[in-house]
Amino acid sequence: MDALLQPFESFFGPFWPVVWSLVKIIALLVPLLLCVAYMTYFERKVIGAMQLRVGPNRTGPFGLLQPIADALKLLFKEVIIPSGASKGLYILGPILAIAPSLAAWAVIPVNALASPDGGRPIPMAVSDINAGLLYLLAICSIEVYGIIIAGWATNSKYAFLGAMRASAQMVSYEVSIGFALICVLLISGSLNLTDIVISQQPGEHAIFGLNFLSWNWLPLLPMFVVYFISGVAETNRAPFDVVEGESEIVAGHMVEYSGMAFALFFLAEYANMILISAMASLLFLGGWLSPVSFLPDGFYWMALKTAFFLFMYLWIRATFPRFRYDQIMRLGWKVFVPITIAWVIVVAVWMMPPFSGLLTGQGG
Amino acid sequence: MEFTSFVFYFFAAVLIFSGLRVVTARNPVHAALFLVLAFFSAGGIWLLLSAEFLAITLVMVYIGAVMVLFLFVVMMLDIDFARLREGFWQYLPVGAFVGVLLLIEMGLVLSRGFGGKEMPPTTAMVTEQAGAIPCKSNICELGSVLYTDYVYPFELAALVLLVAMIAAVSLTLRRRRTSKYISPEEQIAARPADRMELVKMASEKEAPASAAQDGAGADKEAGQ
Repeated sequence: MDALLQPFESFFGPFWPVVWSLVKIIALLVPLLLCVAYMTYFERKVIGAMQLRVGPNRTGPFGLLQPIADALKLLFKEVIIPSGASKGLYILGPILAIAPSLAAWAVIPVNALASPDGGRPIPMAVSDINAGLLYLLAICSIEVYGIIIAGWATNSKYAFLGAMRASAQMVSYEVSIGFALICVLLISGSLNLTDIVISQQPGEHAIFGLNFLSWNWLPLLPMFVVYFISGVAETNRAPFDVVEGESEIVAGHMVEYSGMAFALFFLAEYANMILISAMASLLFLGGWLSPVSFLPDGFYWMALKTAFFLFMYLWIRATFPRFRYDQIMRLGWKVFVPITIAWVIVVAVWMMPPFSGLLTGQGG
Repeated sequence: MEFTSFVFYFFAAVLIFSGLRVVTARNPVHAALFLVLAFFSAGGIWLLLSAEFLAITLVMVYIGAVMVLFLFVVMMLDIDFARLREGFWQYLPVGAFVGVLLLIEMGLVLSRGFGGKEMPPTTAMVTEQAGAIPCKSNICELGSVLYTDYVYPFELAALVLLVAMIAAVSLTLRRRRTSKYISPEEQIAARPADRMELVKMASEKEAPASAAQDGAGADKEAGQ
């Protein structure tokens, strides 16, 4: 690999780190955006099947060109700016919605290659930073700005109500996500996402080849459930989609947006869904690790696990009716926050000497 | 110029510009958003000092939580901009005095910290030099200092925050009689038998001719 890159490195000279980072970013973002586009297709097909319909099947074979057609349609539509809108912020809103949901992918490792000297595996991530999990939490907390700015700048009461709901909901559920992640990092003893995945590898069950039983999801089962439900609420997806609430406030913060500006909100929502799913598979389901010891680890496990969570998103959407707003807040603050705080204490005590010996599988 | 110094000057320029705009912007929402930008640039500068934990916490706490609530309030208030600027010259001397005082104080702190004598090494630094805790990251170092040398101030600060939190909740907690709140426990505990009574009635026989006409009339009424 290094020998292969040598000529390029000498060609670009001092600009090489910048160029190499850009190459890595493009290599990550292009497949990601394709996934986002085909997530919409997947959603329509899955929900169609669940409701005994066919879903999109006209554009291309099996309707496979539908996302491309949708994107082209939105691209050529006019972006209308309402006359009463605050123009600069109105345009900034969708940009601030999509930027964090893509920036968060900088620290997500999708695979790790065995190190040539047998040391720590080399993660395939744009940036392998030590505070990876903190970075993700910080980026998640910025995501709310796109919605809040869009809602205010539109100068419409429906958009503003949507933005209010969104920001309150996202800020509330970040708390329980944060506590769930604290449990994970207590067990792994690291904030680095690659180390968190690697720390799930050894365990009592892994000796018998049943690696999937030693992943974080089993010892942290309540946190795993809380994390995923909070993740659904954090991305404002059904049944927590009161932000859009088309029956009450028409479409929330994006009611006045059209064309590509609207598409950016849409892309941000789906990119966030994929992000939450990828985080769930990294933190609780062992990322790229194979569930059984006789199969090799690899990127496809990561993709499969992420796809499973994405399917859960759609399954939940097709199954449950929308929550009432006060009950969303009640679930977040009065149910999840106490549960997660209690579990942080339980896990912290469990990790300390007299108890940590009881279950040798995790962390140690 | 090194790349890092270029990054520093960039962040510093954005920070100063956005800081100025916070006080000069006419619209309070714009001012709050410039404050967000200022926090973000400050976080960038802290990252350059390899204080990644503080930088990310700044973004998480101030941008992610505090400023969101701030924006909430500012956006919902109906602010009269003309009245806000009214007493500018009247308050200027006081403001200038406080500003100069802050400048002097910060200057004193910085000159002591950087130009003065060295800070004494903390326990964590000593143990690390002895090879006890191999800390690679800023977070690890910060944690080992917080839980050894500064454990009492740290716990005290946590307690103060907890008290403040409870105080804020208890100050704003009130039972509103007009609220249409329904306890979810009651809703879940409700059984069909509590709300509904099924009455068994014997079916009635229809009378042959005239009653059929009456029945049709009744249907019509029901339809209307």
